[in-house]
Amino acid sequence: MSTEVRDFKIPVGEARPGSEQPVRRVKARKLLEKETVTVALKQALVMLRPDLQWNNPVMFVVLVGAVLTLLYIVEAALGGSTSQVSISYFIALDVWLFLTVIFANFATALAEARGKAQAESLKKARHDTVAYRLTAKGAVEEVSSADLKQGDRVVVKAGQAIPGDGEIIEGIASVDESAITGESAPVIREAGGDRSGVTGGTVVLSDRIVVEITSSAGESFLDRMIALVEGAIRQRSPNEIALTLVLSAFTLVFLIVVIPLLPMARNAELYMQSYLGVSEPVKSLGTDVPTLIALIVCLIPTTIGALLAAIGIAGMDRALQANIIAKSGKAVELAGDIDVVLLDKTGTITIGNRNATTFLPVGKYSASDVGRLAALASAADATPEGKSIVQLFEKDSHAPVDVSPEAKFIPFTAQTRMSGIDLPDGKQIRKGAPDAIIKFIGGNGGNVPTELSSLVTSVASQGATPLAVADGPNIAGLVVLEDILKPHMAERFERLRKMGLRTVMITGDNPLTAATIAKRAGVDDFLAEATPETKLAYIKKEQMGGKLVAMMGDGTNDAPALAQADVALAMNAGTQAAKEAANMVDLDSDPTKLIEVVEVGKQLLVTRGALTTFSVANDVAKYFAIIPALFAGTLPWLKVIDVMHLHSPTSAILSCVIFNALIIPALIPVALKGVRYRPLGADALLLRNMLIWGLGGVLLPFIGIKLIDVVMTALHLAS
Amino acid sequence: MTFIQVWLLPIALLVTSTVVAFPLSRYMAWIMDGKYRPPGVFRWFEQRLDSGGQNWKQYLFSLLTFNTLMFVFGFLVLALQPYTPLNPRGLTMLAPSTILSSVVSFMTNTDLQHYSGDQHLSNFSQIFFGIFNLFLSAAIGLAALTAIIRALRSDSSVGNFFVDIWRVLVYMFVPAALIFGLIFITQGSPMTFQTSHDVTTVEAGAMGTTDTGEAKTQTVIVGPVAAFESMKMLGTNGGGFYGMNSAHPFENPTGLSNFFNTLAMMVFPFALVFMFGRMLNRFRHSLVIFVVMFIMMAGTIGWSVYFDTLKPNPGLTGQAVEQKFEVPSAASPGGKLTVSMPAVASLPVEQHQGNLEGKEMRFGVSAGATFDALTTDVTCGAVNAEEDSLNPVAALAPLAGMWLNCVYGGKGVGMINMLTFIIVGIFIAGMMVGRTPEYLGKKIGAREVTFAMIAILVHPVLILLPTGLFAATSWGLAAISNPGAHGFTQILYQFSSATANNGSAFDGLGVTYGFWNAASPGPSAVAFDIAAALSMLFGRFLPIVAPMAMAASLGAKKSSPFGLGTLRDDSVTFGFLLFGTVIIIAGLLFLPVAVLGPVAEHFGPMPFGG
Repeated sequence: MSTEVRDFKIPVGEARPGSEQPVRRVKARKLLEKETVTVALKQALVMLRPDLQWNNPVMFVVLVGAVLTLLYIVEAALGGSTSQVSISYFIALDVWLFLTVIFANFATALAEARGKAQAESLKKARHDTVAYRLTAKGAVEEVSSADLKQGDRVVVKAGQAIPGDGEIIEGIASVDESAITGESAPVIREAGGDRSGVTGGTVVLSDRIVVEITSSAGESFLDRMIALVEGAIRQRSPNEIALTLVLSAFTLVFLIVVIPLLPMARNAELYMQSYLGVSEPVKSLGTDVPTLIALIVCLIPTTIGALLAAIGIAGMDRALQANIIAKSGKAVELAGDIDVVLLDKTGTITIGNRNATTFLPVGKYSASDVGRLAALASAADATPEGKSIVQLFEKDSHAPVDVSPEAKFIPFTAQTRMSGIDLPDGKQIRKGAPDAIIKFIGGNGGNVPTELSSLVTSVASQGATPLAVADGPNIAGLVVLEDILKPHMAERFERLRKMGLRTVMITGDNPLTAATIAKRAGVDDFLAEATPETKLAYIKKEQMGGKLVAMMGDGTNDAPALAQADVALAMNAGTQAAKEAANMVDLDSDPTKLIEVVEVGKQLLVTRGALTTFSVANDVAKYFAIIPALFAGTLPWLKVIDVMHLHSPTSAILSCVIFNALIIPALIPVALKGVRYRPLGADALLLRNMLIWGLGGVLLPFIGIKLIDVVMTALHLAS
Repeated sequence: MTFIQVWLLPIALLVTSTVVAFPLSRYMAWIMDGKYRPPGVFRWFEQRLDSGGQNWKQYLFSLLTFNTLMFVFGFLVLALQPYTPLNPRGLTMLAPSTILSSVVSFMTNTDLQHYSGDQHLSNFSQIFFGIFNLFLSAAIGLAALTAIIRALRSDSSVGNFFVDIWRVLVYMFVPAALIFGLIFITQGSPMTFQTSHDVTTVEAGAMGTTDTGEAKTQTVIVGPVAAFESMKMLGTNGGGFYGMNSAHPFENPTGLSNFFNTLAMMVFPFALVFMFGRMLNRFRHSLVIFVVMFIMMAGTIGWSVYFDTLKPNPGLTGQAVEQKFEVPSAASPGGKLTVSMPAVASLPVEQHQGNLEGKEMRFGVSAGATFDALTTDVTCGAVNAEEDSLNPVAALAPLAGMWLNCVYGGKGVGMINMLTFIIVGIFIAGMMVGRTPEYLGKKIGAREVTFAMIAILVHPVLILLPTGLFAATSWGLAAISNPGAHGFTQILYQFSSATANNGSAFDGLGVTYGFWNAASPGPSAVAFDIAAALSMLFGRFLPIVAPMAMAASLGAKKSSPFGLGTLRDDSVTFGFLLFGTVIIIAGLLFLPVAVLGPVAEHFGPMPFGG
């Protein structure tokens, strides 16, 4: 018998429909929408104002260079120039310098515009509504939602919009939250427990609830979200600030590299003059100021300088598209650094309740007997467990439960710890905890089968819960209730593991059950018999070891742990306390979202690193084009290092500047969508990205610059 | 030439240094961590010396104050040369600007010499200015690295500057200098308080004749050469007792002495990398750094040997066909001028042993090229062959050593420079693993990366700006001995050598003023003295101060444990990252001048053709 028990397979439970919210991108939009592009283009020109451009030091240098070149052109047009190259070259150069700045501003403006477009669509949900406020005497008065204060109680009936953020204190209702989540399936919100939070702007579809308003008008989540998206440009994360400093330093470095080239080129001119033995001075592009400005612009990290702000805004935007409101950009970035993730078992790893999975008979009973008896005992049981027993029986026997109308149902009480049915023939069928059932049949003069206790232990040791079924004075067998894992969780944990994160399951179960479920789900560790205090202690312990901890929660008792965690994601359906303690709120109330937040955070950093590496690596090719061009007039034998065989010195320099400008819009999609993060492990990922963005960054410009040169020559634009 | 003749020396040097580095680094870490028990008398002294643990600012303050005192002392010794003993030749005072540049030069471990030791310094100056600084300046760099290591591992204090100096001098340098000094004495280096010998030349009248027709005697300068020489090399100082440096038969008498001469400058820089790893308890990490440095060093040696020993001197081979280039004419816009590189007949010189100009053949065929590359890699600056005579592209190897300045590098500072590249490399490329960049488990923030960038920035500023200034003005143009690209390289080399605290010279540049009453001083010697002194000073101390602040800031951070998503600092991938960072950043900074100097000379006209 025992071998049979060991053999019984724990079926992979199917999630109930609707319980697993698919990862969706309801608001995923096309990259470029006509409206946003128009807005962004206008904004790109506005941002040329020096005081605004100053926010981006790299592009500010480009702007200064472009203006200086403009002055030079004016001087040349007035006949003050002694350069040997035509003025059309300078004009072309200057146009592309200005375009470089405008492309950069466009990238930032586009990211902002997309964010704002999202904010606008959210604002539409926030129109003023009529609220029905309960007065102190219990009467209902009509007020505008704009006049609601924190602590007001309002009544919302079916068909009405909820006037503000709050918590249900009375009643249960199905709510349409599509205005904020984009998900059309209604959700159930009820007083008490952890699904009592409602958001202003959502619509009650059925029933009547009383809501206590938790934030005054103008301070709701929607308001904060809009403010956040609109303000994204102004708050930079620590990593972005550090990178800005590095880019400024690189800009300075290349100024230092290029400025001495002017006297060095003068040295070469003097040499060539004496070599030729001519009296008139020899001139080269190396002493030509606009050309040196072009060289500076090509060398300073304009690509990443142009896209840096856009990357940050787009990161926030991606989080928002996943229906997560981060209270700051820093929180999103921090999510990429998380070492440990604490996940609630119920609702995250398993679907909410236990389901019956197997009927185990004892003695003379068969499995189908146990199923029939258990189903009879559960016929009137409205709990999810009871329903699942009936469902399992009906599935196994392909027949409905046949209950006589005269049968009497015995409900569950805390005293008896069992429920069941008294059939008209007087037979008492009960199901309940094994010890309760043993006590029950003992009272009826029945015997306990010898194998029962070993069977109970065996089921419990596998992390399942046994319910015993009594058929009058006999025990028919056990119903095995199991936690049903959500589908694909093991793969998600494997993904997290590859990302370098450790997953910890939090559960109120005993350690034995917890260990079994942890093993089945594939989490790295578990915290059994968890209380708010033990959760807090666990987080503190991990943080002492230098780790960053992420946690999700929805209940008020999660609040201290959420406040302690480095990244805390609260469910929008959760209590206000939990939402306040967290630094991110998930509008979908989907606990597996944390994985996506981590990915968004990592993507943000990968994108920054990739584009910076690319930007710096690009310079190698530019040297090979520009250096021989600078000295074509003085050290003509340097033509051998012009490996791209460009048409002429001026076309070489123009090609570089054009490539440098065009690469910015070409990479806007990368900046906005982010470089894909792959959980390959740090080493493999680094190698991969270094090959693509580092080596690729070295090689690509050779091709690009040559192509531009060929096109210009073909169009007779190059002199 | 056989493979062995060419490559045995460099391979033997690299292998020996690497093998020695393992035990030596263990010993050095043991000493610097204070785990030894000092012998009786030393213990008493060390306890008096130990003023207690210092924080990084106190440590730096001690370091800078100590250097200031060294500066004053050095200046006094040189300025008072006419009045100090051991000066039977009655040498007078050097020009003040030369004293300034020399004192700064020896204090900063540069040892760029705008004077000639045998001609301009008495033995008193050689000992109390020269040997004094050879020991101390090297010890200071090593102490600075130790303090940075302690800061990185979050020690409660970064150590005590004076105790560190003492440990380096007494337990490392003095024993090593004794060993190498004795080896040099056995090979024939003088070690005496005598100053000079007047000798009759074997060939009568080789030194010319007096007015009365008698053959002149030759004055051979001697002194405590072996002592000077051993520390000159061990401390990667490079300043010679003689103007000819390690090419002089008394500094470096034989092929064997040349092997030990070269080895002496390599042992400590090699071992320092492992010491870094051992003290941080991250040996594998230091192994990766070591390998990256090793590859770069093998690259520079290979480059210089290939282009100098295995290639003929292009000035002698000539050019068979005339080459013509068109350049735009400034006189007539749109017009063209033709530049001709005329055909030049080759000279009938046997060249199968490569470029022999400026080489000491007693050391072997590749010894000069090997030494020239090595001396800048480890920031020594001694030379046993004329750098000015290297084939043009071969000269890129010693230049690259100074530009990178972290191919093992000088005492401590090479590793410190590498640390700044590590921080910048991890910060930029390390983001590509999807975490805030970390080094040793500590997150790299704005402060650390800014200090690292300052340290990196100092280098091109101090090299490129003065090079540009001197190249376009009479300061530089009056001093160079060749026109065009070669003369440019001379100026470029001067400031590269000063800033990298290297001290080797691409001779031919007229930078010597000589004695204060010199009849015909170098025309812009004063300008070079002052500019080089500034480059050496800032090139020495900013790259110590900024990384120290960086390490202190990093060390104060919380350390997070290592995970699967963390960038590993001991993997092959990390080696690629580091190599790429150093090569690309240094390449971007110095590629233009590399092209204007050695590359333009290589592709340009024959020096005797135009």
